[in-house]
Amino acid sequence: MLEARGVSKRYGARHAVRQVSLAARPGELLAIIGPNGAGKTTLLSILAGETRADGGTVSRRPEEIGWVPQQPALYGRLTVAENLRLFARLERCADVGAAVERMLAQTGLGDRAGDRVETLSGGNRQRVNVAIGLLSEPQVLLLDEPSTALDPGQRERLWEFLRGLLAGGTAVVYSTHNVQEAERHAHRVVVLADGEVVYVGSPRELEDVVGASGLGFETAFVEFLRRRGH
Amino acid sequence: MRWLLLKDLQILRRSPLLVALLVIYPIVVSVLIGLALSRAPEKPRVAILNQVPAGGEIISLGGEEVNTARYSEELFEAVDPVRVGSREEAMELVREGEVLGALIIPADITTKLQIGLEPATVEVLYNAEEPVKAQFVQDTIKSQVQDANAALTRKFTDVALDYLDLVVSGGDFSFLGRSFNVLGLGPAEQVLRQARAKVPPNSPEARQIQQVIDFGRLARQNLDLSDEVLSSVGEPIRVDARVVEGAGSTALSSFAVALAVTVSLMFVTLLLAAGTLALEREENAFRRLVRGLVSRTTLLAEKVGLAAACSSVVALLMLCGLALFVELDWARFPLWAAAAVAGALGFAAMGAAIGALAREVRAASLLAFMVSLPIAFLALVPSGAVSSGLYDATQVISALFPFDPALAALVAALDGSSDLLAPLVHLLVLALAFATAARLGLRRFG
Repeated sequence: MLEARGVSKRYGARHAVRQVSLAARPGELLAIIGPNGAGKTTLLSILAGETRADGGTVSRRPEEIGWVPQQPALYGRLTVAENLRLFARLERCADVGAAVERMLAQTGLGDRAGDRVETLSGGNRQRVNVAIGLLSEPQVLLLDEPSTALDPGQRERLWEFLRGLLAGGTAVVYSTHNVQEAERHAHRVVVLADGEVVYVGSPRELEDVVGASGLGFETAFVEFLRRRGH
Repeated sequence: MRWLLLKDLQILRRSPLLVALLVIYPIVVSVLIGLALSRAPEKPRVAILNQVPAGGEIISLGGEEVNTARYSEELFEAVDPVRVGSREEAMELVREGEVLGALIIPADITTKLQIGLEPATVEVLYNAEEPVKAQFVQDTIKSQVQDANAALTRKFTDVALDYLDLVVSGGDFSFLGRSFNVLGLGPAEQVLRQARAKVPPNSPEARQIQQVIDFGRLARQNLDLSDEVLSSVGEPIRVDARVVEGAGSTALSSFAVALAVTVSLMFVTLLLAAGTLALEREENAFRRLVRGLVSRTTLLAEKVGLAAACSSVVALLMLCGLALFVELDWARFPLWAAAAVAGALGFAAMGAAIGALAREVRAASLLAFMVSLPIAFLALVPSGAVSSGLYDATQVISALFPFDPALAALVAALDGSSDLLAPLVHLLVLALAFATAARLGLRRFG
């Protein structure tokens, strides 16, 4: 389980994240949605331990959390396998070779293991990026806009892969612009606006709150933000 | 840390341009410097038209035959002479750039030297399309003519002194094939003393003879002193050079080797340290690494260590290469290594500080060049070339960066002409300071 309480972050006079509290249970898929500049990436990077919060607490240490940043964090001149092997060693995986093989198999990149990352497509780089976040088999996985660079087929494989992790009890928190994707896959959504949490619940409940049942989640989401002045 | 090192070495291995720069640059610099130091400078080609007729180079001075050709050779020592047959040919060679200039020795030069009523003149032709080239020709020819003049003056002085000796002491000399005997002031005084003894002591004749004796003694005594006067006239100013600062004197070759190695060490280390650190940010890996996988300090130490190790090896290989051309004392190899490692650490820490400021490898490389070149230039400004206040400022600025102490350390390590410990300590202090700055930079961008 991942729990954050009263997390805040300011950049100068601007509040990027203000008193955010949330929890992700084992096997739960939690989507963080909101308009541009809402603070989604800042919140996830704080949860991942990449950015230091000005206030608040996160229940898990960075080493216990798998982290997939929006921009693939990979070495272009190393091969797929070398990237995985390097991070497996830095993560102090007990069996580096087995961890690499497992991730190559799970991401379907076994036939590209010897290719340099700089030669891969954006989608395949994102798969390697996700694989690195999963090397240490974390109980909590954070993904920042994971499907942005993926084509529909790759996106479907990603969700299939994440469903497998959820079935194994991993808590998955991800941010997305794609509201329909959140409606389709997430158990709960966290709506963030101007750094504040304005809604936490299932997509269906948000439609009920707005009174827009039947109009679709995206319409309900836009209406919800409009009513809140965003 | 070792996995990061391994990763960086793998990336280096797959960066052919960078490796080529790291390997080829020092080799090229070593070979160029080595060749420059091991070969004598090329003599400029100068056309020579000697219009003095055969046998005319012999002149007679004070009954002594002087071969002026021996002195004209002074003119040719610093040049590669190209003999030509006419003034037109000489001008043509100059015009076409085949020779740097032409020297025309007129037929009457020896006559004028012998008569001495007017100075003998040689003519110099050169192109002045480039001010540097024109100045070079002027300086070279003027310097050589002055040397020839000095040699001739010495000869003329010797002849004049022989004449004076003849006047003072008497003796034989020949002129135009005839021999003469000169009594001389000394023997004349003896003759007069004998003559005075034969006349009454207080007679007017005795007093007159005494006056002549006194004059002769006075003249002899003063002419005896003329040796030194004439020598001074022949060479009125002598140079007595004394070293005030830098006694022990670093050989030019050692300094050139140290300078070449320091410049290479600076570029290789700065580019490596700044580039590898900036690469972590460019690849977005930095934030992933420092969220628990490695500490910022470890990452910094790895970059500094890698850059320092690689560039130290490059510097030592350069020194070994240069040792093929220039005589270096192999017994001092441990000191070379100490200077190279300390210099590399200083530059690596500075490179890391630059890398911590930049988000991209290109920006880091550009910044490294922009910072290092002026610093190297400032460190090489000699005292006296600028005003004392400006020189002091250049010294203070140079002391804040590793180039100056790295150069001093290498010079000291190569020939032992100066203290090695002080620049080593200086470099280690700078390495610590720049590493701290780099660490603060990483914190700011983390």
